[in-house]
Amino acid sequence: MAISYRVEPGRLTVALERDLDLASAADARAALDALLDRYPDRDLRVDLSAVSFIDSTGLGVLLGRYRRLSAAGRAMHLDGVQPAVSAVLTVAGVRQIMSWDAGVSDRTREKGVVADGGGQLV
Amino acid sequence: MAEANSFKLEVRSRPDNVGLVRLAVAALAAAAPFAVADLEEIKVAVSEAVTNALVHGYGGRDEGWVLVEASLSAEWLRVVVADRGCGMEDVGLARQAAADGERLGLGVLFMETFMDEVAIESQPGAGTRVVLQKRVPAPSAAALGREAASDGP
Repeated sequence: MAISYRVEPGRLTVALERDLDLASAADARAALDALLDRYPDRDLRVDLSAVSFIDSTGLGVLLGRYRRLSAAGRAMHLDGVQPAVSAVLTVAGVRQIMSWDAGVSDRTREKGVVADGGGQLV
Repeated sequence: MAEANSFKLEVRSRPDNVGLVRLAVAALAAAAPFAVADLEEIKVAVSEAVTNALVHGYGGRDEGWVLVEASLSAEWLRVVVADRGCGMEDVGLARQAAADGERLGLGVLFMETFMDEVAIESQPGAGTRVVLQKRVPAPSAAALGREAASDGP
């Protein structure tokens, strides 16, 4: 799984790509945790616009990070949620606990949008 | 759809085969008049069944095999996912959170929500067999209309 990220004041944006399942969960979890450790004072925005599939294992990665962040008083937001991903989030009741948008407000993957740091992981 | 189609596929208990199996099943199902959203739901259910075999059946070890039998008739898509792993005394255990605490037992919920019928049989020491079935929708009026229109005068 390719992961890119962007750091702005108060906010860390991480873009995940492709399928979020058992094959990619460990990498995604490790990369997200490494970034959350590195930027401990920022909220997290996860860009899912390039994620077309998620199952309970992939969802577990997102919910695990959500638990970690809320315990520390940090916010987590999902962006670019595709229809197939939205169906899974809805059944799991994620809509009640986490904010998310179906659209993509900006593009994490574009070059030159790095505020004070960013790059590729994994 | 004229003839029923089916396949058998036996894959190593490796995480990358979760995607392989769900794509194979989706490709079979795509021959039926399922909506795109139905196909996505089928992929999630299959992914959960195969993941259960890998995580619960084989404990994450990759030397096991998972047998997948999928068939499509005019009425039903039927997918059987079987492992010869450790099995479960109580299939209710499949609903519980995995050891990493992050899968939350949602797998069974997704299978039951996205398929019309789900059966899980398990025997300790013998393995687990999950049967997923989804009713094939009747071709939509719109699709029939398009066919009629394309027949033309």
